[in-house]
Order: sequence, then structure tokens, then C-alpha cells
Amino acid sequence: MLEIKNLHVEVEGKKILDGLSLTVKAGEVAAIMGPNGSGKSTLSYVVAGREDYEVTEGEILLEGENILELDPSERAARGLFLAFQYPVEIPGVGTMTFLKSALNAQRKARGEDELQTPELMKRVRAAAKKLEINQDMLKRALNVGFSGGEKKRMEILQMALLEPKLAIMDETDSGLDIDALRVVAQGVNALRAKDRAFLVITHYQRLLNYIKPDTVHVMAGGRIVKTGGPELALELEKNGYRDYVSEAA
Amino acid sequence: MTTEITQIRTPAEKALISLYASEKDRLPGNKAVKALRSQAFAEFERSGLPHRRIESWHYTDLRSQLREAAPLFTAGSSEFEDSLRHVQPKIPEGYALVLLDGTFVPELSDLDELPPGLTVRSLADVLASGDATLVERLAPKGLGTGDPALSLNAALMQGGAVVDIAPGTELAKPLIILSVMSAGAVHAAFHRSLVRVGAGAKLTLFEIVDAVEIGSNQQNGVLVIEMGDGAELEHLTRISRQGADAIIIRSVLATLGANCRYDGFALIADGGLVRRQIFLRFDGEHSAAGIRGLSLLSGKRHADTTLVVDHVVPHCTSREYFKHIIADEATGVYQGKVIVRPHAQKTDGGMKSRALLLSDSASMFNKPELEIFADDVVCGHGATVAQLDDDQLFYLRSRGLPRAEAEQLLLEAFAAEALDSVRDEGARGRLMTYVSDWLAARK
Repeated sequence: MLEIKNLHVEVEGKKILDGLSLTVKAGEVAAIMGPNGSGKSTLSYVVAGREDYEVTEGEILLEGENILELDPSERAARGLFLAFQYPVEIPGVGTMTFLKSALNAQRKARGEDELQTPELMKRVRAAAKKLEINQDMLKRALNVGFSGGEKKRMEILQMALLEPKLAIMDETDSGLDIDALRVVAQGVNALRAKDRAFLVITHYQRLLNYIKPDTVHVMAGGRIVKTGGPELALELEKNGYRDYVSEAA
Repeated sequence: MTTEITQIRTPAEKALISLYASEKDRLPGNKAVKALRSQAFAEFERSGLPHRRIESWHYTDLRSQLREAAPLFTAGSSEFEDSLRHVQPKIPEGYALVLLDGTFVPELSDLDELPPGLTVRSLADVLASGDATLVERLAPKGLGTGDPALSLNAALMQGGAVVDIAPGTELAKPLIILSVMSAGAVHAAFHRSLVRVGAGAKLTLFEIVDAVEIGSNQQNGVLVIEMGDGAELEHLTRISRQGADAIIIRSVLATLGANCRYDGFALIADGGLVRRQIFLRFDGEHSAAGIRGLSLLSGKRHADTTLVVDHVVPHCTSREYFKHIIADEATGVYQGKVIVRPHAQKTDGGMKSRALLLSDSASMFNKPELEIFADDVVCGHGATVAQLDDDQLFYLRSRGLPRAEAEQLLLEAFAAEALDSVRDEGARGRLMTYVSDWLAARK
């Protein structure tokens, strides 16, 4: 599904990713754990297509196609979704208007018919119910005045509606209390499917109690330094990142 | 030591002087009106066209921008009669008054079913009759005194509408003053209208500046608004569909009695060079004025909104809120002056201007000014100039919206907020459609 080969990325001349390689298969839930400053968020932005980063070397393949030259919207239409660590507030843009524009822009890019409002409303309402998002939130401007937990749930609602092939979840657990974490994790687990992959980026092991990964990667110094099964996350929780940080440095 | 500066007249100034000389006997008005015209023209001759060394015109140098002064298509001229036969202005629902090339045209207007309490007369008739009190009201004392564009208008005003709304009248439909320029050679129009809103009367007034054919015409229009005690006026304006070389000057001279509510909103889009100036004075206590607007500018277009809000009595509230979307090499100007006179205690004044620049060559000049001579007042102002937010754009694009669509969504949201204050739903919808179309047409 996703294959990253020897990725080197700089921001304003400073190297952030240093030869990162990673493979995520269809149906797999892969976790990336790492200390602050290891380049986790940079990785998620670069895959999604943010322009502030300079890719100096390497490739990112989504279903075998190199997406580095594609616009973020084209990547989205090909099935990539990034759940933001800090979802952006957009005053004046109604949540429903946004959802409709996003879904139909993707459908149009894929040569599919636009979804009509009644059908869209039905899908949004169903997804909202599962995520315990009340109807009032859908009437407000996107993310404006939403609490941290509400913003994260809105990200998952978008994911449910857009049905991506690969979802990258950037620190989705940050700022969530335990109840919100449970709701969000249930939302994600409900979307697990054999043709859909997840890349779950997190600092703490806690989230992985709720979203059980198949694979755990440790990231330090801008590359993957260790790969293992779910037990690796527990080991990190116990021993911290110390060993890996010194190794990377 | 003093230095005498002899002003060198520009070709346009020379042309205006000869225009006045040739037209003055044909322009409407009795002897008293002619005296008023000649006095106003003398003022204009002294000042010349406004230029950057006149503070209030600093950012709109009409002297260098107006390269040629165009001729008038006066009523009765062959050009005017010809366009009158062909013109079919598009008028939204309402009581419509049509000014063609500066002349009020009852045939094109919608005067058959005016409701009781609404009286419409032609300015030319009023001037010819020389009704002294009305003539005086056409130029309220202390509003915009000495402004060269106003002087020029007073000297050359060809026509306009004089509208009276009787006390207590509530108009169910908007009153529309549509000013169109006919097609054909470049020409100029000078018009002045007066709207008197009687005590307790309520209405929506919609001023539209449009064109039969997009061209490079010149318009200098004045609207005098007189509000009696307890009157409520929603004053909407749309200045649109003009060629890039068109020059549009609009002046509003408004006086508010006690307990009045004035709500203004102006959309300026595709206006060429536009100068819109509002001089508003509170003459009675406990009145509130909201003056708002949105400018959409592309190419090398220029829109200048200049306000002077004069609090001469206590307990009044004024709010100014303007937004500007500026693309390409266009220029936006906002000058807002709020004066609080020594006795105007308990004044509440607030002013905001927010601009979005869509290119590196776009410019915005913001100049809020407060002149406060009273000590018990609340006044504030804020002005921002920004670009579209990168985080918001990336977020939308990451959800599948191509850049152009993402920009359109953000710009519509920015513009829609400015339109929120428009109370007349039909008008708000039409204005928003105009804005959306404008944004969609922007490449």
C-alpha cells in the first residue's frame, strides 16, 4: 500500500528525515513511535504533500505510484488521508459545506458522480452518531470553537466519509481524555479493513491499547531504527526512548 | 516668507473648465441654482482635481489618474435620446428609479405603483423651480465642505431623484436608485439625489451603479440622506460592471436625527477606479450607524473608501467594518475618521478594516483616525492586512480540494462574513451570488 524508500527531507537547510524507509501493507495497522523531534510529524506532512518541506532524495509510493510530484488534493483523491494532530479551524466555512466539497472534489477527481445532498446527509449523520458527534456541531463552522476531543472526532468522521486506502493518524491521542480516546479508537477500529492501511503516529503507548497495531516501528534521528510486533510498544513504555536516541545520535 | 505656487492645469482640468463654460447654460436650475453652481465651480477652479497632497485624497490621485475629462450626454442630446431608445436596464424587485447618464428618466423608472407616503420628483424639475429650502438641503452644511469632487458635482449636476418618504411610512419593497451609463463613446455623468426619510419611516434603499455595456465612463454621483427622528434605513450599494479605466466617484452625505438606525453596506466589484466617500453626522442623540462594505479588486483596479463620521451629540454609536479582497496589481484604500466633538459624551465608536492580499503586487492602505475631544467615550479601531492562511489551505487541499477550489471556499467565507450584516434577505442573496461569481471568474 505505502512504500517509502530512503527518504531525505530538509526544512530551511536542516535535515529532518535522514534516509527513512518504511513499508505498510494493505490491511495492516502500523504504529510509529518515537521521541519528540524525531521527525514523526514531518513524515506525515511530507506524505500528505505539504510544500514547506524539501525532499532531497527518495521516493514515496502509494499503491506503486510515486506521489511526490502530486498535489495534496490529488494524493487525497488517490486514497490518502491525514488525521491532523492539530485540526485547523476554518471560520465561515460550514462543516456540512466542507464535507460535501471535500467528498465531491475527490469523487470528481476519480471520475465518479457527485454525491447529492440527501445521501451525503444520511452518511454524515450515521457516521456522526457512531462517533457521538451531535448534530449542532455539524451546523457550526468547521472546527471553530470545537474542543480538542471534538476536533479529533471530526477528523475520524471525515475519515469515515472519505473512505481512504491509507490513513495516517498524527498523534491522534494528544489532548484526548480517556472517554474521548475510547470513542476515537472505536471509530478507527470500525474502519479497519483488509484493503485499508493505517499508519498510527504516537508518542505514547496508551493509544495502542485501544488501536492494536500489527507492526511497531521506532523512529529516531529521522529514520526507522527498529521494527517489531506489538510487544515493542510495551518495551518502549517501560524503558523509554533513551537507547534509541543515543543510537541515532 | 511665503511662496506663491501657481498651479499648472492638467489637460483634464482644462477640459472640465471648458466643459462647464459650454454646459452651464444648459444645466437645469433657476438663477439661485446658477449662482450655487458658479460658486461651486469657483471652488473647484481654486482647488483643481484632488491630488496626493490633499490629505483626504492622498491615496487616490485623481489629478494624475483622470487623464481626459469626458463629455456629457445631456438630456435632449442625440446620444442621450439614442441610448434611451435602446436601453433596457435590469432592475431587481423594488421601487426603481433609473438615472441614465446622470439624468433621471421617469419612463425607465417604476413609478406607476408607488405606495402612499413615497414621493419621487426629478432633481432637474426641483432645480428649475428653484425651491430654496430644497436647494439648500442638496448640500448640507458642514458635510464634506471643500471636497473638490463635491464642488465639481455641485457645479455640473445634471439630474437625479428627489425622494420623500413621509413620516411613519414603512416600505415593503426596497427603493432602488439605479445609475447606468449608456453604451457608446466614453462620457461622463454628474448626478445628485436626495432621499428624505421622515420621522419613524423605515426602508431599504439600494443604490446600484451599473453599465449598459462595460466601458470606461466617468461618474460623479452624490446621494444626500436626511433621516428624521426614529427613522430606520438600510442603505445598500453595489458598484459593479465597469471597465478597468472607468472612474467612479460616489459621495454620501448623511445626517441622522435622534433615535435613528442607519445600516449601510457597499459592494465594490469591477469598478475601475472607485472613490466612495461617506460623510455622516449625528444630529440627534441615541442614534446608531453601521457602515460596512466589501471590495473585490483585480487587475489594476483601485477602490478607495473614505469615511468621516461626526459625533456632535452624545449617546450615539457608530460601527465601521470593511473587508477587501485584493488580487493582481490592484489597490485598496480605507480611510476612516471618527470625530467625537467636545459635547458628544458616551459616544461608542468602533472601526475595523480587514484586507486579504492575493498577490505580491497587490496593495492595501489602511488609515483609521480618531479625533476625540470628549472624555467619556469608548472608541477603538483595528486594521489588518493578511494573505490566505497556509494552514487552512493545506488542510482543505489534504481533504481533496484543488488549490483554486480551496482558495474560493476561504475567500467566500471571508466575504460572506461581511455580508452577514445585510438584513434584506433578497438583496443579501443577490449580493452573495455576485461575489461568488466574481470569485469563481478569478483565475
